[in-house]
Amino acid sequence: MSLLAVEGVSRSFGGIRAVTGFDLTLGEGELVALIGPNGAGKTTVFNLISGVYPPDAGTIRFRGESLAGLPPHRIVDGGIARTFQNIRLFRDLTVLDNVRAAHFGRTPTSIWSALLRTPGCRRDEREVVDSSRRYLAALGLDGDAETVARNLPYGRQRRLEIARALATRPSLLLLDEPAAGMNPAEVEEMMGLILRLRREFALTVLLIEHQMKMVMGAAERIVVLEFGETIAEGTPEEIRTNPKVVAAYLGGDVP
Amino acid sequence: MLRSRLLSLPVLLVLGLVVALVLPQTGWVSPYLQLVISYVGINMILAVSLNLVNGYMGEFSVGHAGFMAVGAYTASILTVWVFPREASPALFPLALLAGGAVAAVAGLGLAFPSFKTRGDYLAIVTLAFLMIVKSVLENLPALGGPRGFMGMDRLTSLGWVFASVVFSVWLARNLVYSRWGRGVLSIREDETAAGLVGVDTRRVKVVTFTVSAFLAGIAGGLFAHEIQFINPRAFTLLKSTDMLVMVYLGGIGSLGGSLLGATVYTLVLEGLRPALQSVGIAQEWRLVFAPLLLILLMFTKPRGILGFRELSFLRPRGERDGAKKGGEPR
Repeated sequence: MSLLAVEGVSRSFGGIRAVTGFDLTLGEGELVALIGPNGAGKTTVFNLISGVYPPDAGTIRFRGESLAGLPPHRIVDGGIARTFQNIRLFRDLTVLDNVRAAHFGRTPTSIWSALLRTPGCRRDEREVVDSSRRYLAALGLDGDAETVARNLPYGRQRRLEIARALATRPSLLLLDEPAAGMNPAEVEEMMGLILRLRREFALTVLLIEHQMKMVMGAAERIVVLEFGETIAEGTPEEIRTNPKVVAAYLGGDVP
Repeated sequence: MLRSRLLSLPVLLVLGLVVALVLPQTGWVSPYLQLVISYVGINMILAVSLNLVNGYMGEFSVGHAGFMAVGAYTASILTVWVFPREASPALFPLALLAGGAVAAVAGLGLAFPSFKTRGDYLAIVTLAFLMIVKSVLENLPALGGPRGFMGMDRLTSLGWVFASVVFSVWLARNLVYSRWGRGVLSIREDETAAGLVGVDTRRVKVVTFTVSAFLAGIAGGLFAHEIQFINPRAFTLLKSTDMLVMVYLGGIGSLGGSLLGATVYTLVLEGLRPALQSVGIAQEWRLVFAPLLLILLMFTKPRGILGFRELSFLRPRGERDGAKKGGEPR
């Protein structure tokens, strides 16, 4: 059974069709890239899967269960985590607290236990701190734990977003342009990082990316969107030579 | 930062206890000054209460005077009508807790529909709530209607005020430094992102608002048994404005800020009485002071004196070293 099955999903915004009849199936452990020109609907697909807004039509199933009508936090609890194209950290919280906040759904502390600060609550707190530090270490951020998030350099903010997403213990990770604005060396490093994290945390990864080096190097399968529709799907080699894709990226008519 | 030996928790607790229990016995302190100290304590609870919603969570409530009213009337009804008179002093903490509990139920009832959708409806909803509470109280002859409710003994002592402040700050601190508190902070920072990292944003908001209403209710009970007479006009928007000023003056997202804000504001407002009199300005101008100060604060120091910073003794063990909660002011 596939891990994620998106079937015939559409979504419009005031007459603009952002995504039309989108299909996608992800198998356990796959690393699939979603590419396409700006405005093709890639982030809309992420927002639909993560429950930011519901689709107008179509179904999204995760481990066979429909995600229809679930609020975002329930989808996260189910095992889907994401990062954001425009970094959306909790800017005024420390790096450590950003990751701690993401433990919300994985901590059992009841409100009563919290208000009375029972031994159970204190134990949960210690576990959350230990766990958070492990995720920071996995992303090489252990030295920045007490830094306020907005004071982190850009590349580290990207890493913190990934650490925060991992702290929700996902099986599917949606990465929205993790290498945006990075130089070639940093892109290379980010690619290595994603491949390592996939192994380490047994992740399935859906990746939106413009850096072709990363897409071609890391993805096993590529889905190409244009104007909200899938125009091609295949291995990196197939996509590279697909005339429709070349036209979408370089402009002009398909010969 | 912000650490000194004088500001350690045991020192402050002992100091508070001395002020609360010993000072009234000595006869050095006038009853008026004792009343002012009592107001400082009650206002501390109100400021901490409102800070949870407006400061930590970044929502905006103007209805906390309503929760205070609910707590005040509930506690008064209990001590005057329900409890036997001679048992009232012993049962006073029960009356305070009951006042808090009824206010919490009102808070829950308000929060549940208000946080169903996202958006800035809370200010409007809480304003409406405040008006409803006032109208209901004015139109209930059994509770004295507009004339007010009286017959309470003066059960609020500095000892009870002190105990209530410690209890309230403890409760608020426990909330803030738990998974719920981090949920609250993440909602303030970025509500959408909070939901997308697994925070049940609606539940966190409802819970926090309810706890906040509970604390305001306790303050209401203390207030009623300090002045021994309450009427609906004591719980208007102006009272909520007082709380807003204390929160934004002392510092949003900071318990220490609320304690500081309540102290400074209460003392300044009391100090204005003789000051205005001596220069021959009408006392009514005191009422202009709070809104004016609020506007001034919003323009000059929107985060307040201790905004997003916490005094180390107000943090639980394990959160004290270097763990800056919010970083430097922007």
